[in-house]
Amino acid sequence: MRVALFATCMTDTFFPETAKSVVRLLERLGCAVEFPLAQTCCGQMHFNTGYPDQAKDLALAYGDVFAGYDAVVAPSGSCAGMVRDVYPRLCGDLPAGPTYELSEFLIDVLGVADVGAYFPHRVTYHPTCHSLRMLGVGDRPLRLLRSVRGLNLVELPQAESCCGFGGTFAVKNADTSTAMLGDKMRAVADTGAEVLTAGDNSCLMHIGGGLSRMRTGVRTVHLADILASTEEDPWTPSATR
Amino acid sequence: MDAVRNPVTWLGTPEFPKAARTALANTQLRNNLRAATTTIRTKRAGVVAELDDWEQLRLAGEAIKNDVLSRLDEYLVELEASVTARGGIVHWARDAAEANQIVLDIARAKGTDEVVKVKSMATAEIGLNEALEAGGVHAIETDLAELIVQLGHDRPSHILVPAIHRNRSEIREIFRREMPGAASDLSDEPRELAGAARQYLRQKFLSAKVAVSGANFGVVDTGSIVVVESEGNGRMCLTLPETLVTVMGIEKLVPSWQDLEVFLQLLPRSSTAERMNPYTSIWSGVTPGDGPQEFHLVLLDNGRTATLADTVGRQALRCIRCSACLNVCPVYERTGGEAYGSVYPGPIGAILAPQLADNPHDKQAASLPYASTLCGACYEVCPVRINIPEVLTHLRAEVVAAKGKRTPEALAMSALAWVLRDHRRYEAAQKAGSLARLISRDGKISKLPWPGSKWTASRDVPEPPAESFRSWWRQTHG
Repeated sequence: MRVALFATCMTDTFFPETAKSVVRLLERLGCAVEFPLAQTCCGQMHFNTGYPDQAKDLALAYGDVFAGYDAVVAPSGSCAGMVRDVYPRLCGDLPAGPTYELSEFLIDVLGVADVGAYFPHRVTYHPTCHSLRMLGVGDRPLRLLRSVRGLNLVELPQAESCCGFGGTFAVKNADTSTAMLGDKMRAVADTGAEVLTAGDNSCLMHIGGGLSRMRTGVRTVHLADILASTEEDPWTPSATR
Repeated sequence: MDAVRNPVTWLGTPEFPKAARTALANTQLRNNLRAATTTIRTKRAGVVAELDDWEQLRLAGEAIKNDVLSRLDEYLVELEASVTARGGIVHWARDAAEANQIVLDIARAKGTDEVVKVKSMATAEIGLNEALEAGGVHAIETDLAELIVQLGHDRPSHILVPAIHRNRSEIREIFRREMPGAASDLSDEPRELAGAARQYLRQKFLSAKVAVSGANFGVVDTGSIVVVESEGNGRMCLTLPETLVTVMGIEKLVPSWQDLEVFLQLLPRSSTAERMNPYTSIWSGVTPGDGPQEFHLVLLDNGRTATLADTVGRQALRCIRCSACLNVCPVYERTGGEAYGSVYPGPIGAILAPQLADNPHDKQAASLPYASTLCGACYEVCPVRINIPEVLTHLRAEVVAAKGKRTPEALAMSALAWVLRDHRRYEAAQKAGSLARLISRDGKISKLPWPGSKWTASRDVPEPPAESFRSWWRQTHG
């Protein structure tokens, strides 16, 4: 099986550890991963802000870059949602292989819930809107988290409520975005978790940016980073993050 | 030629971000909204879960409405014939002004200066009350929440629960101040408040000569009009006065009586979270000796034909005004309805109001499609499967197109797209971006210049890493 990593521009640029985690995790599970260097961005920001023509150029490029792969894996429900939900409307069939969000690929394609991870922390999980409603990942991320040794999973109240990121919404409607963020941060704080995880670095950057500003001490860690962590090579709060 | 302004959006409302800022500062409003929307969405989820065939019902509702929209020209003529055959009088109104004039003329012809009203979105959309008032006819809202809004000289903030932004002590104050005959020692007990309204309205029902209603459905084959309500005030209006005028949007049709079966399941569960609403009134033309002896049906376009011409946007015309999308919307829950500046607030308002307004130069209407994070909660609950996020992004593209290619945003987006179209340019930009490490402290950036300041006002930005993932990949796997 030829598997390609679609790192997404945000993770490639701002959260390289997450993409490294996906590579380590998939290699540990016996998958040879390729990273086509011609990849850039799915075009979601352009599309969602009202620039569909520019998004279409990026969609066509995606189709070519990932042509011929049996699976394309993205550590983002939002970018995978763009590819699966919007691309067909924008430009019909593309030659790219099927795109999966990480938890979908692990559960549905590789058929594993226990990936041999170790993460001895109190963790709460925020289901990101696009993974939940565009892709329908359901409880796949939770099944993966429940199989992680040492991990104490606590339920997030009002988990399915949007965190308020919404791409350029966070800037165009900054006040409303911040009001939503405030409620999400309160819900996270109520759990007493040390770590908030999710399948999207964009949402985590938003919630994490607020948690950092409020000096809550709660860290945001991508699902891939938790799943890549093992007893031999445990996750540590990296200095580069 | 300047088109006549469509009153579906309220003149003078600021653009959404500014209006939202005002609303967000109102703690009472936020508490009222959180409590109300949380309650109703939990109840809705409960009654929807009771039905095994909810998805099939949604698909059926979508299919019936799509059929109506694709053959609207034929169905409307058929409806006119079936209503006329049963003794009703059908009027056609191109816009708000025409519809308002028709209703005013009927009221005047009956020699009355007062009409009673059933809660109706169509008449609120066209500003009927204000138009009647200007013509010397006073319209009395008889739905409890609409009455609260009217007496409070307020604006509706929700499709189904227009006074959702008010709590009971605020309502008591409004009644004591504005309602003729309200006791000065009126308490804020819901039962007492409802009792006061009942007493006031009962006199109005019994004395009114003309009633005005909207319609939930117009059944083409039988010419029947359907009004679904909870309080019984609608039944009073629809049966007691001698003359009944119904203003109905042209998209409200269902082809046959049988089709009601689908919608009378979808609507109550989606809107009030009830299995069946308390009052469903259905009438077909005029019945001699029973109910109104004169029935007028005003078929209202007011931007609907233009909306129908948009292949993506037209799905908004499937809307049955249940307001489930408002109750699950995280933006609406924080800002309330008034920030949207239209009788149609929330997610459906954000796609319906700008389309009906149909004015690319209206900045307030143009701000509405951006009043969403595209979280998709609205689409998930919509009983007729309107893909609201799809229409939102479609309308955003129209807004961008109307503004032209020279706005700072358009130039920035073009430049970014140019960078992203080639991975070499993208990599060069990544390297340049890591220079932002110079302004970070303790692993984060807390202050950025505009427009980044919109972000850093409430959130830190993580320090850009020393190297991108692809740079690491080249070294380890290249």
